[in-house]
Amino acid sequence: MPEKFDAIVVGAGPAGIACAYELAKAGVSVLLLERGEYPGSKNVMGGVLYRKMMEEVIPDFHKEAPLERPIVEQRFMMMDKSSAVTFSYKGLEWAQEPFNNFTVLRAKFDQWFAGKAVEKGALLVNETVVLECIVENGKVVGVRTDRPDGELRADVVVLADGVNSLLAKSLGFHKEFRPDEVALATMEILKLDKKLIEDRFNLEEGQGCTIELFGDATKGILGTGFLYTNKDTLSIGVGSLLSGLIKHKIKPYELMEYVKKHPMIRPYIQGAEPQEYLAHLIPEGGYRSIPKVAGAGVLVVGDAAQLVNAIHREGSNMAMTSGRIAAETILAAKEREDFSEESLDLYRQRLMSSFVGQDMKKYKDSTHHFDKFPQYFEQYIPMMNKAMSQMLTVDGSSKWEKQKKIWRDIGTAKQKFKIARDIYRAWKVMK
Amino acid sequence: MLHIVACIKQVPDTKIIKMNPKTNTMDRASAPAILNPYDSHAVEEAVRLRSRYGGTVSVLTMGPPPAVKAIKKCIEIGADEGYMITDRAFAGADTLATSYALTKALQKIAETRPIDLIICGKMTIDGDTGQVGPGIARRLDMPPLTSVNKVVELNREEGYAIVHRKLEDGYEVIRSTLPCLLSVEKEINDVPYSTMTNMLRAARYQPHIWSVNDLPDIDKTQLGLKGSPTIVSSVWAPEKPKGGTQLEGNPQEQVRQLIDILLERKELFQGVT
Repeated sequence: MPEKFDAIVVGAGPAGIACAYELAKAGVSVLLLERGEYPGSKNVMGGVLYRKMMEEVIPDFHKEAPLERPIVEQRFMMMDKSSAVTFSYKGLEWAQEPFNNFTVLRAKFDQWFAGKAVEKGALLVNETVVLECIVENGKVVGVRTDRPDGELRADVVVLADGVNSLLAKSLGFHKEFRPDEVALATMEILKLDKKLIEDRFNLEEGQGCTIELFGDATKGILGTGFLYTNKDTLSIGVGSLLSGLIKHKIKPYELMEYVKKHPMIRPYIQGAEPQEYLAHLIPEGGYRSIPKVAGAGVLVVGDAAQLVNAIHREGSNMAMTSGRIAAETILAAKEREDFSEESLDLYRQRLMSSFVGQDMKKYKDSTHHFDKFPQYFEQYIPMMNKAMSQMLTVDGSSKWEKQKKIWRDIGTAKQKFKIARDIYRAWKVMK
Repeated sequence: MLHIVACIKQVPDTKIIKMNPKTNTMDRASAPAILNPYDSHAVEEAVRLRSRYGGTVSVLTMGPPPAVKAIKKCIEIGADEGYMITDRAFAGADTLATSYALTKALQKIAETRPIDLIICGKMTIDGDTGQVGPGIARRLDMPPLTSVNKVVELNREEGYAIVHRKLEDGYEVIRSTLPCLLSVEKEINDVPYSTMTNMLRAARYQPHIWSVNDLPDIDKTQLGLKGSPTIVSSVWAPEKPKGGTQLEGNPQEQVRQLIDILLERKELFQGVT
C-alpha cells in the first residue's frame, strides 16, 4: 500500500517550502518533494527577497537566514547605446530593522528555508521527479514519482512545480504557455572583492544596492536587466519575453554578453570573475494567464500559478504568500474533512483578495501593452537620453534654443500626439 | 542472523573541488559533500548480500555532524541502521587514528549484534589511500580482502566467504574465514535508483550518534591529530608536461594525423594480434 500523507507538496521553492512549513507547524503530515539534489539547486531568481512576506512565515528570519545584503538603494537605468538616464532612491531607513528587502543567493537560501520546514516536521525527499497526479473519480488523490514503488497518496496535492507547471497542465488547468506569456532570463554570478563592491556602488559596509536596467540593456526588446550586489559577488542578468527573442532572432546569452560589455555596466563589473551561469523561464503572462488554481484535492501555488508581477520584479514574495494561503486553506479543509473543489476554492478567493491577486489585477494589461507597442523601449528611452544630453550639454546655445530643438527633434505634430497618447496609455495600464 | 557493517565516509566532491593555489590544499568549502562513491558500492553490496542471505546491514562513519547526510544516503540505498561517531577529539585523524576510532565503534556495535562481515569502499576520493579498511581488519584480527569485485558466497554457519579479487590481468578466487573485511571496487555492482520506501525511511531516519565518551576503553592518545603519525611535510601539484606536438587543421585532418603518429609507435601494439 502506498503511504498516505495529509498533504504532498511538489517542488521546494519559496511557494512550496512556505506551504510545507505552515502545514508542518500546524502538525499535519506533509511530504515535500524536490527534483533537484537539494532545495535551491535548480531554483533561479535575480535575487531580491522581500522581508514582509518572508516574515509572515518565519518572524525574525533575517537574524539567521543566509542573506547577502539589505538593499538600501534601488536605481533604475534607462539606457541608450552610450548613455543612461538614472533614477534612484536611497533611504537609510532600509538599512536597519525592519528592513525592506535583501539580496539572496537561492542555492543557499532555499536550502536553509527547507531546513526550517524539516525542523517543524515536514518530510523532505530530494532527487525525485513527480511524473503525474493520480486522479480517481475526478479527484487528485496522490502523485506518481519516477522512483520504484513511487506512488504516494494524500488528501491534497500542492503543485509548486514552478513556471510551465507540467502537472497543472496535465490536469487541464492551463494550456501550453504562449511565447508572450513567459520570459527567458539568464544570469551570472560574478565574484568581486567585498570592498570593491561597496566602493563601486557607493555603499557602507554590508549594505546593498539594486540596479534595474531598461532599454538598450535588452537592445530595445521588451524586457529588463538587473545588477544586484551580494556579499562578495554580483548578480547580473537580463530577461525578455520569448516572443521578443524569437521576433528579433537573438539568443539569450548574446543579450547577456551585450549587457556585460555595455559601457554603462562594464565599469561596475570590471575584473569580476564569473562563478555561475544560470537560466530560467519567468512567468510574465500576468493576471490573464493565471490558470485554474484549485481543484478537487489539488492547489497550484507560486510560479506554477503564474504569480509574478513583472513590472515590480516581484515573484518570490507572491510565491510565499500563495503557499501560506494554500496551507491555511488545507488546514481549514481538513477540519471540515472536505477536500472537494468547492472547499479548496477558498484558496483562490483568499489569494485574489490578498495583495497577490490585487497587484496581478492592477497590472493585468501592462506586459501585453508594452509587448504590443514596442516604441516605449525602442524609441522613447533613446529619445529621453538624447533630450537629457542636449539639455545638459553646455555649448553656448541658450536654454530656450535647446528646449526648442528638443521639442523639434521629437517630430511632427502627429508624432507628438502619438507620444502623448502612448504616455496616457501607459499610465492607464499601470494605474 | 547475518550482520554486515559498511564503513563509509562523507567526502567533498573532488570532481568540482577547487585547489588553493598557494597552499596546494583542497578548498573543502568550494565543493558539496557527498557519500564517497566507492562506499555507495560497499553499501549496495551489503544490501544485496542481505537479500541473498537475510540479516541486517549497518553503516558506520566518523565525521562532523553534517555527515549524517551521508548516513541518510546509505539508508536510501537500503541500509537498516546508521552509526556515527563525532567528536572534536577525532578531528585531524590520519588513516591509523581513523582505523583505531572506527575499530572501537565496531566493537561497540558488535556488543549488541555480532558482526560477520565488514565492507569498505576501495578508498576515498579525497584521501586516495585505501588504508583504513585494512587498518580496521588488522586491529580486529580478521583477514583483509582488498580490491574485491565479486562476492561468490557467504556461509555464516560454516564460517567462510568466497570472493574474487581484482588483479591487473584478471582476478583471483579467495576463500576466507568469516568474519572478514572486504574493500570493494566500483564494478562490483551498480547502485540502482532508490525506492520511494527507502527515500521516506531515510528522510525520517535518525542515526545512532556517539561521542568519544560513549566508546568504552578508548585510549585518547591514539585519536585525532595527536594519534596520527602521518606528517604532511609539503604538498605540490605535479608539473605540467612540457613540449609535445600540436596538431593543426580541421578535426578530420587532426584525427588522420593522430592515427599516423600512433601507428608509427609499434611499442603500443605489443601483444595485440
